[in-house]
Amino acid sequence: MRRSVSIAVLTMTLVVGLGAIGIGQRSVLASAQQKAETTEVKIDNFSFGPGTLTVPAGTTVTWTNRDDIPHTVVSTDGVFKSKVLDTDEKFSFTFSKTGTYPYFCSIHPKMTGKVIVQ
Amino acid sequence: MAGTAKDEIQYDHNHDGIDRRGFLKCMAWAGTGALCVMSGGVLKSYSLSRLPEMSSKETMGELSFVQISDSHMGFNKPANPDVAGTLKAAVVKINALSAAPEFMLHTGDISHLSKPEEFDTVDQILKSAKPQDVFYVPGEHDVLNDDGKQFLERYGKGSKGGGWYSFDKKGAHFIGLVNVMNLKAGGLGTLGHEQLEWLEDDVKHLKHSTPVVVFAHIPLWSVYPEWGWGTEDSAQALAYLKKFGSVTVLNGHIHQTMQKVEGNVTFHTAASTAFPQPQPGKADSPGPMKVPAEQLKSVLGITDVNYVQGQHALAVVDSTLA
Repeated sequence: MRRSVSIAVLTMTLVVGLGAIGIGQRSVLASAQQKAETTEVKIDNFSFGPGTLTVPAGTTVTWTNRDDIPHTVVSTDGVFKSKVLDTDEKFSFTFSKTGTYPYFCSIHPKMTGKVIVQ
Repeated sequence: MAGTAKDEIQYDHNHDGIDRRGFLKCMAWAGTGALCVMSGGVLKSYSLSRLPEMSSKETMGELSFVQISDSHMGFNKPANPDVAGTLKAAVVKINALSAAPEFMLHTGDISHLSKPEEFDTVDQILKSAKPQDVFYVPGEHDVLNDDGKQFLERYGKGSKGGGWYSFDKKGAHFIGLVNVMNLKAGGLGTLGHEQLEWLEDDVKHLKHSTPVVVFAHIPLWSVYPEWGWGTEDSAQALAYLKKFGSVTVLNGHIHQTMQKVEGNVTFHTAASTAFPQPQPGKADSPGPMKVPAEQLKSVLGITDVNYVQGQHALAVVDSTLA
């Protein structure tokens, strides 16, 4: 566990370093592939966690509402829209195209998040 | 109403008719009952314990109505597994009021998940209330999945656009506004351009002396924007109401009583009949607050409003279900 953390830190350092000199493209992709395992977004205490999720194209992301109050997952740009999710209900969407997908809860619009697809 | 009474405003730093102590008191009264009387734009607030000392003229008017809010029919989580039971308790409370209310306002979140059977249950329970007329505005829980179509079919007859409307009762003008539709990412409640234009036109020909009562689900004042407890374009709506001597704004949404006076406008939020929510910023989120079962009815309630013609005063009394 400790070892994988230090690799992640090293990769981040590498990405930042290469990005700074303008040849970071390949390293950004490498780092995205590492993060791709996280495809779950949990809704807890009126917030999306993680608030920003980076995944490779083709990933299916699943949101689970763990609050006692219903929420929705609605793309700000109209790309996806869940039905209302009661407690423990889920919504999934597969991101096939790269890009940044901001979304929010249409019932509690202060709740916002985004999915970055690389 | 002697000026030295200890429950009256003592320091009005912001010239808004309410001092910090008075505000904190109103906050502390959440769930215990309070009477606030507005006269000449100044809020005078008294705890319910002083009510017996006051004359009936001050607490009873020619027009009496009740506000209920946030029934959340269908909610079944630990914060209140029996929201039908507590709504029935609210009806018992309403039927026991000394001045029989002429009608009821329901300031939204009638249902929890916009399900037809949830609305049906509320309709059925409210049939046993003495006042038979109920005026509704939607909460965000009433317009899920269908942009409010079902709500409008059930409760929106005669309303405009997204469900807003106005009516007159005994010289007072009532305006029901909708601020839970088309909410934008990161934003608060929204009235929208079309509704604001309608509002401007609706009040244009009214006399300045007409008492105005505005009701909507999400507060029309900035209670706590961090939790979405406010309305983006409420300032524009209030600008149209500036000319009136007496404006009372009744909201729900935050599941606790709170009040504030700004110039000619008294803002008031009602308790829920279903479950309490935390005070602003006092919890990680505004989710349902679990209190010991025996305390639940003391944090739920109804709001009784009395208007005395010619006095420019609306008396707002919160009572708990306990």
